[in-house]
Amino acid sequence: MTEINRLDSGGNIDRTQKITFTFNGKSYTGYQGDTVASALLASGVNIVARSFKYRRPRGIMAAGVEEPNAVLQLGKYEATQVPNILATQQEIYEGLTCRSVTGWPSCDVDFGGLIGRFMGKMLPPGFYYKTFMKPAFLWHTYEKYIRKAAGLGRSPKESDADRYDHVHHNIDVLIVGAGPAGLIAATRLSAANVRIMLAEETTEMGGSLLSSQQDINGKDAKVWVKAALKDLQANPDVRLLTRATVNGFHDHNFVTVNERVTDHLAEKAPTGQARQILHKVRCKWIILASGAHERPLVFGNNDVPGCMTASAISTYIHRYGVIPGSRLVLMTNNDNAYHTAIDWYQCGRTVIAVVDTRPNPEGKIVQKVREMGINVFAGKAVIDVRGRNRVTGVVIADIEPSGQAVMGMLTTLDCDTVASSGGWSPVVHLSCHTGCRPKWREDIQAFVPGSHRENILFAGSVNGHYDLANCLQEAVNCADQIILNESLTVQEVLGDFKVESALEEPIMPLFSIPHTKPVMQSPKQFVDFQNDVTVSAIDLAVREGFHSIEHVKRYTVMGFGTDQGKLGNINGMAIVANALDKSIPEVGTTTFRPNYTPVAFGTIVGRYRNQLFDPERYTAMHRWHCDNGALFEDVGQWKRPWYFQAYPGEKMQDALNRECLAVRQSVGIMDASTLGKIDIQGKDAREFLGRVYTNAWAKLAVGKCRYGVMCNEDGMVFDDGVTACLAEQHFLMTTTTGGAAKVLEWLELFHQTEWPELDVYFNSVTDHWATIAINGPNARKLLSELCEGIDLDKDKFKLMDWRQGIVAGVPARVFRISFTGELSFEINVQANYGMHVWKALQVAGKKYKLTPYGTETMHVLRAEKGFIIAGQDTDGSVTPLDLGMDWCLSNKKSFSYIGKRGMARSDCLRKGRKQLVGIQTKSKEVMIPEGSQAVDNPYQPLPLEALGHITSSYFSANLNQSIAMGFIKDGFNRMGDTVYYPQPDGTIITAEICSPVFYDPNGDKQHVE
Amino acid sequence: MFYIRCPYCEEHRDEQEFHRVAEANLVRPSDPDGCSDQEWGEYLYFRKNTRGEYNELWVHSVGCRKFFNIQRNTETYEILNTSPV
Ligand SMILES: [Zn+2]
Repeated sequence: MTEINRLDSGGNIDRTQKITFTFNGKSYTGYQGDTVASALLASGVNIVARSFKYRRPRGIMAAGVEEPNAVLQLGKYEATQVPNILATQQEIYEGLTCRSVTGWPSCDVDFGGLIGRFMGKMLPPGFYYKTFMKPAFLWHTYEKYIRKAAGLGRSPKESDADRYDHVHHNIDVLIVGAGPAGLIAATRLSAANVRIMLAEETTEMGGSLLSSQQDINGKDAKVWVKAALKDLQANPDVRLLTRATVNGFHDHNFVTVNERVTDHLAEKAPTGQARQILHKVRCKWIILASGAHERPLVFGNNDVPGCMTASAISTYIHRYGVIPGSRLVLMTNNDNAYHTAIDWYQCGRTVIAVVDTRPNPEGKIVQKVREMGINVFAGKAVIDVRGRNRVTGVVIADIEPSGQAVMGMLTTLDCDTVASSGGWSPVVHLSCHTGCRPKWREDIQAFVPGSHRENILFAGSVNGHYDLANCLQEAVNCADQIILNESLTVQEVLGDFKVESALEEPIMPLFSIPHTKPVMQSPKQFVDFQNDVTVSAIDLAVREGFHSIEHVKRYTVMGFGTDQGKLGNINGMAIVANALDKSIPEVGTTTFRPNYTPVAFGTIVGRYRNQLFDPERYTAMHRWHCDNGALFEDVGQWKRPWYFQAYPGEKMQDALNRECLAVRQSVGIMDASTLGKIDIQGKDAREFLGRVYTNAWAKLAVGKCRYGVMCNEDGMVFDDGVTACLAEQHFLMTTTTGGAAKVLEWLELFHQTEWPELDVYFNSVTDHWATIAINGPNARKLLSELCEGIDLDKDKFKLMDWRQGIVAGVPARVFRISFTGELSFEINVQANYGMHVWKALQVAGKKYKLTPYGTETMHVLRAEKGFIIAGQDTDGSVTPLDLGMDWCLSNKKSFSYIGKRGMARSDCLRKGRKQLVGIQTKSKEVMIPEGSQAVDNPYQPLPLEALGHITSSYFSANLNQSIAMGFIKDGFNRMGDTVYYPQPDGTIITAEICSPVFYDPNGDKQHVE
Repeated sequence: MFYIRCPYCEEHRDEQEFHRVAEANLVRPSDPDGCSDQEWGEYLYFRKNTRGEYNELWVHSVGCRKFFNIQRNTETYEILNTSPV
């Protein structure tokens, strides 16, 4: 297709670099420097989308981030698909492939268009809810189809092929926006020896100056921009970012900036480069110079392709050398938009008329336009647009000075483009992200940033200073304020300027053009183009009783699109205000939240994906586990062997049965390195232990270990473990694997805030030690083959003793403690010896058929013995008494240990608390799913009275039956009673309450010779 | 994300190095066993949760591991002061 709308000269594009790209399956050309939007307009493409609800054809309306219609699905391959990219932001590169996100089978021939045309009147706001919510159960059926029809782009089904990065910055001043205000502020500050970042959303710095015909210091503004940039680039303390959107302003001047580094280069980022970077900036000061967006006026059929904002047309002419039509009608309520008529005229195309809604515009620029021979119709407005796939004409009428009604003769003008300007809306978004509200200025009919508590300053049109001279002056003032506040020395005064003030006549307060017919019968007047929200929809919402702007927003879905209503929201608020007969500030704005524009998930995630998503912790023996058939379980960040497959494909239950039998019949070996280990020293260490554990520690001798339970102040169990006395003032505490960090912080909390007078120190030594547990009747025989310096005799090295010695040639602490009920030793060696000792045990263990086992077998074996796992059999609502662990509570301690008072509360002592007991199914092969609730009578009327739930349930190979533990109300007094566990599938499992110790109730096994 | 000055490290660090523990200055009763259920319940569960200026106990969990007090405004998120416990 030829570029019928491309001008012969002008624009910041490289006419020597022709680029071919594909849009909706058709090939188009453009030049280096074009966006998809500018290139499509150059080729005369009218329709780029189908509207959301009515499926109406839509064209490009704007030139920047505020564009509501031209939303693209980008990408040739599945892995490079990117949804919801704006054609007005995406630069073209050779081979770029994109499609409209809306429209099926294509946006030119849309199936839904037919529906929209005939059903338009039947799709009021809230239509989906009103129509489809009853009967409620069918919503899920409808929802699938409704969402499918509504979709805006799709996510890729394959993993993103690109890489993204995060970069942290600590700087003095962040300047948002490199228009005239941002540039001059940066220039002035650059002499003050501060670190500055200047972030510009578009591809090029200069902002409005790039499409302006004004002079600065007697020269073309573009010359001034070039010179300013050259100076800034030469300063190493100034960081200039283009294609970088400042998306979030967070607490304490933390700002997130999304830089699109290579999106304009190719489908995939060049090797070694990040596609996008998320800059995380902490700055002392922010100068917000984010500019303003022109808002269109609202009028009948204002969505027909060819309707655009006035400034967008000027941007296409000046920056891209593209003029998007032949015959222009411009409607405005202000002076500023007249520039567009001049631009159009100077391109040699026809300006049919300027339609000014003000009764008597007499400004300098109005006269200038009149002198060019352009028709200016004052006191008139465009009330309707002719044409369907492209504007063919407009209907104009007289408008009352109040803007409340139109009257008189209707005149039709032939044209193909309608530009409109309803004034400018400052981009206040970032100023509101931390909770500040914008304030309304009647004189410029716009919201500007409200009062602020952070170090944030506002400069230029974001603060309502549209006139270039005022805009530059305010930015200079901002810079000077920072220099003054920070007492900075300036080497030379930069940024002085001379600009002629362009005095403008005031804007007319007008947002929506009335029609000769009442709202409900007039042609559709669109407010939010992306969501198809019309004036009549807002009107209906207000009449149905939605009076808060936040409610109207949610009911009509105004501002809910990917554009977040950048173009339409202020108009919508004004229309609500008008319908409610309130002022605009009374109605107020909806809430602006980060992010300002959509951010790719890849950018948010950065490098924190796959292995870097969450660190994995490995024990010293991890490699051996991998090589020997281990399947792993995540416990916190640790990878623990879950069970070992003796051969590939061994079923889990078979492996567990084999491991469980091996431990009880001969000997098994487990990696217990992940258990939390805290080294505790100090002359009050013993006293401290007595305060945080429920049992007594005063008499624990050197060489002895003791099991302890830790409670919260409310008396509920939160962790447990064995603590060894290494020396009179030196202890080694073990915690659960998952509880290690929590316990250390708990100890520190009480030491630092409650008992700082105690002389005690804590340090995590979890990673310093490898812990190898050998369990089973042959454990002593195995250990004796490798152990020196420890008398392993059963009466010399008793249960709950620990000894220092040599194992496999390296220093070791050996603990005789047992979590399986078997004879058991836990060998602790320095972590870097762990693999050596583990392997030595494997070799020596061959003759005992030493079997490695994982966490699941450990769980089964401890459950056979009725040992609890804190966090599995407890849930923060269980006292030691509920667990039947009265033996673990000391009443002799003088200090009221943590949890003592809590568990003595009346509710903890009352009858009928849930207590942990064993549960034995009547059919011994049946297993009760964990979490099942017990009832006394499964046939009682609903709701069933639940007695308590199953916390642990396994198949025990050693007993050849299922075993379980669970809570039962008053369970200790109900031994032998039958209870029932109803299942979701309707079956009922019958079981008997029993002791939780299923195996070796007398504890003889751990004392074998 | 807050920018918090640890009074022990004497440096400003990002919030992710810290976490909030509890309301500041909760004092464990000196004789817990002498407390009524009501008094113990007050200590366990009842907090001011002020809108506006509020004192909180935080810990520099991945830094110096020290607990310290933050005086901050829960409405504006402004941090007024940080001090050692
Ligand atoms: Zn610190």
